[in-house]
Amino acid sequence: MNTLKGHPVGLIENFDLYAPKLVDREEYFTPGHRACQGCGEALAIRLMCKALGKDTVIINATGCMQVISSLYPTTAWELPWIHVAFPNAAAVGSGVEAALKVLRRKGRIPNRDVKAVAIGGDGGTLDIGLQALSGAMERGHNMLYVCFDNEAYMNTGIQRSSATPFGASTTTAPPGVASMGNKTWKKNLPEIMAAHNISYVATACNSYPLDFMNKVKKAREIDGPAYIHCLSVCPTGWRCPSEACIKMGRLAVETGVFPLYEAEQGRYRMTVSMPENLRPIQDYIKHQGRFRHLTPEQVQSFQERTNLEYKKLLNKIEHSKSWAEMSANQG
Amino acid sequence: MGERKGMEIALAAAEAAALCRPDVVAAYPITPNTHVPEHLANIVSEGKLDAEYICVESEHSALSACMGASGAGARVFTATSSQGLLYMAEIMSIASSMRLPVVMALGNRALSGPLNIWNDHSDIMSQRDTGWISLFASHGQEVIDMIIQAFRIAEDADVLLPINVNLDGFQLTHVVEVMDFPSQSEVDAFLPAYKPFASLHPDHPCSMGTLGLPEIYSEATKAREVAIVNSRKTILKVWAEWEKAFGRRYEPVESYKMEGAQEAIMTMGSMGETAEIAIDALREKGIPVGLLKLKLWRPFPYEDVRKAAKGLKSLLVLDRAVSFGGPGGPVASEVRSSLYGETDRPAITNYIFGLGGRDVAVEDFIKMFEKMRSGDKKRSKDQYEFYGVRGE
Amino acid sequence: MKSKKWPEDWQDVNIGCIVSNPGSAREYHTGGWRAQRPICDNEKCIKCGVCYIFCPEGCIIERKDGFFEANLDYCKGCGICAHECWPFAIKMVEEG
Repeated sequence: MNTLKGHPVGLIENFDLYAPKLVDREEYFTPGHRACQGCGEALAIRLMCKALGKDTVIINATGCMQVISSLYPTTAWELPWIHVAFPNAAAVGSGVEAALKVLRRKGRIPNRDVKAVAIGGDGGTLDIGLQALSGAMERGHNMLYVCFDNEAYMNTGIQRSSATPFGASTTTAPPGVASMGNKTWKKNLPEIMAAHNISYVATACNSYPLDFMNKVKKAREIDGPAYIHCLSVCPTGWRCPSEACIKMGRLAVETGVFPLYEAEQGRYRMTVSMPENLRPIQDYIKHQGRFRHLTPEQVQSFQERTNLEYKKLLNKIEHSKSWAEMSANQG
Repeated sequence: MGERKGMEIALAAAEAAALCRPDVVAAYPITPNTHVPEHLANIVSEGKLDAEYICVESEHSALSACMGASGAGARVFTATSSQGLLYMAEIMSIASSMRLPVVMALGNRALSGPLNIWNDHSDIMSQRDTGWISLFASHGQEVIDMIIQAFRIAEDADVLLPINVNLDGFQLTHVVEVMDFPSQSEVDAFLPAYKPFASLHPDHPCSMGTLGLPEIYSEATKAREVAIVNSRKTILKVWAEWEKAFGRRYEPVESYKMEGAQEAIMTMGSMGETAEIAIDALREKGIPVGLLKLKLWRPFPYEDVRKAAKGLKSLLVLDRAVSFGGPGGPVASEVRSSLYGETDRPAITNYIFGLGGRDVAVEDFIKMFEKMRSGDKKRSKDQYEFYGVRGE
Repeated sequence: MKSKKWPEDWQDVNIGCIVSNPGSAREYHTGGWRAQRPICDNEKCIKCGVCYIFCPEGCIIERKDGFFEANLDYCKGCGICAHECWPFAIKMVEEG
C-alpha cells in the first residue's frame, strides 16, 4: 500500500527522514476547520502557512477553503485573512499589497516585510479568477498566488473545471453512452503564468511537503509576483479512500501526470527526482473512482498525451536558460 | 486658503479626491468618467499625492482591489460609470456587508443596450439596494464638496459604509465650471486620518469576509440596514460642519423658490440647474411653483420629503431611469412611499425623461409642468409616463 | 466572543461579520466525525514525525518524550497517518 515501500527513497522525494521535525511547529491554520476527512488541500494550506510564517496576509477566493475555515463567529486562521468573492482573490490581493506598501512607506504600520498571499482553488484560479490573476501578475505586485488545484469545483459538488483532467468523471461532465466524461486536456496554468514573465513559477503537491514548503519560502522571498500551482488531492471528488490522499499525489508525480518543477527567472528545473521510466498512468488512475469508466483505448490516449506533455517539459528543462544567462549570451 | 478656478468637473473630482489623501486608488477607464482616474494618475505621477495607483484590468478588480486595500487599513478611492458599475455589482453588496468605507465617484451613464455612453441614472438605480450611501451632485461645486464629505461620512466610526457620489456623465463630468477648491490644510482640518476599525496585519490578526449561516445572516443584514439608516445622523452632522467650515449648505432635499409654492418639481442630479431657470420663468408668470432637489438618495430622506411636500397640491417627480414593468421611476416610487401615509398629500405625477443623454432644455421643464397641470384628471390612474419620446 | 450568547442578536453581530479571535475554530471539535481512531505502537515508532507533517488537521502533537499523539478532539480519522507511517507503528481501529 505505502508507495514508499519497494522504492528507493530518492525516487519518492529528497525527504530527509527526520526533516518533519525541523518545520515550524506553529499551526497558523488550526484544527477545528470543517474540511473533509483526508483533505489534501487543507493539508497543503497548513504546510504553506508554516512555510510563510507570521508576517503574512492571506487573501482567499471563495471555495472549499474559505467555507471550511471561516464559519462565523469562528475562524481557523491565526494569520490575518480576507475573503471577498470567488473571482477576485488576485485583485483583492493587489489592493492588500498596495496598501501594505503605502502604509509602511507612510509609517502607519510597522516597518517590516509582510507578504500578501492570495489563494484560490482551480475554479477560482484557472476559470473565473483567471483575468484578475493575469492582471495582478502582469502588474508586478509583490504577491504570491497559490492555486490549490483539486481538479474540479469540489465545493459545489464536483463540477468540471478547466483543471479537470482528461477522462475524469464530474457531475457536469459525466460519462455516458454519448460521452467519455471530461473530453479536454487540463489547462496548463503554470505555463500561462510563466508566459507573464514573472520571476518564479512552480508546481507542487501536498504529498511532497518539504518540496512545497521550500517553494513557498523561495516565492515568499521574491520581491514581485510569484505563482505556485499545488495539486491538492481531494478524496471526496476523486473518489478514493481518505487515507490514500498522500499516495495519490505521489502517483500523480511518479506517473508524470503532474511533474514537480519550478521556473526561476525563466529557467526550468525538476525539483523532485523523477524515475528514469515513468510509472504507467494506470497505477495512478486505477485507484480513483473518477477514472473507473475509462476504456483501455481511452487510457492509452491518456498515457500517450501524458508522455508527450512530459517530454515537452523535459525539453523545456534541457533547453531553458535563465534571463541572466540569456542576456550574458547576447553580450 | 482655498482657490477659485475654472476646471472640467471630472478633473475637479480627481483634485477633490487627491485633497483627501487616499492611500490607494484603483480604477478602470470608462466613458464618461475616464478623466477622473486619468487626472488622479497625473497627480500621483507628479508626486503631488503619495498613493499607490493600481491600473487594474477591470472594474471588478478595481472595486476588489479597493476592498483589499481598505481591509488593510488604507483610505481608498475609485471611479466608474454604467457597465463598469455593473461589472462591480458582485462586489458592491460585499463592500457594504464588510463595512469597508470605499469612496466612489460615479459618472452616471445609461446602461446598454443599445450601447449608449450618455447620461441617465439607470446605472446607479440598478445598484440601489446594495447598501451604499448615495449622494447626488447637481453641479461642479457639489461634486468637489461631496467627494470630500464622502470620506468623512464613510469612515465615521458610526457609519463605516461605502459611498458613491453621483455626477451626471458629460452634463457634469465634461463641463467646465468655476469652483471653489478648498486648500489642503482646510481639507486636512475637516477630514482626519482614517482610523480603521480593524485591519489586516499580523500584529492583530482578524478574519474578514467570513461565512454566515442562516442562523446569523438575517441578524447581520439587519445590522447593516440599521447602519445605513443611522448614517443619516452622521451625514447631517458632517454637512453642518461643512457649512460652518466652508459656508456652503447641504440638505437631503434642497428647496428652490418653495416659498408659498402650491406645486413643485422634484429632480435629482444636474437637471436641477436647468429646472431652476424654468422655475424662474414660471414664477415670473405668477405661478406659485418651486423646485425640490434630492441630494441624498440612500439612505432615502423620507422625513425631509414629507416635510418638503407639506401643503403642496401637486408634485411632479422627474426620473431618469425606468424600473421595467414596475411602478414608475425609482425616485417617484420612493416619494410615493414617503407620502402614502400622509392625509394631506400632493397628487404625484411621474415623468421619465432624459434617457441615454437625450437633451432636456428649459422649455421641456415648462412643458412637462404644463402637461402635468392639463392632464391631471386623465392621468390620475397612470403611475408614470415617458416624456419627450416620439410617437406619443 | 465566548462571553457572547450564540446565536447573537443583531445588535451584537460583529461589524462586517469580522472575527478577531484567531484560531477560534478550535472551539468546534471535529473529533465527532470520526469512525476510526489512530492507535500508535510506540515500540515501533521511530519519532520521525511523518504522521505530524501529513495530518490535514494539524492535530498530531509531539509529546515531551518525542513520540507523537493525535488530539482526538479534532482527529477526523482520515487514516493518512497510519497509511504513511514508515515503520507501521500506527493502526486505525474502529470507534466504539
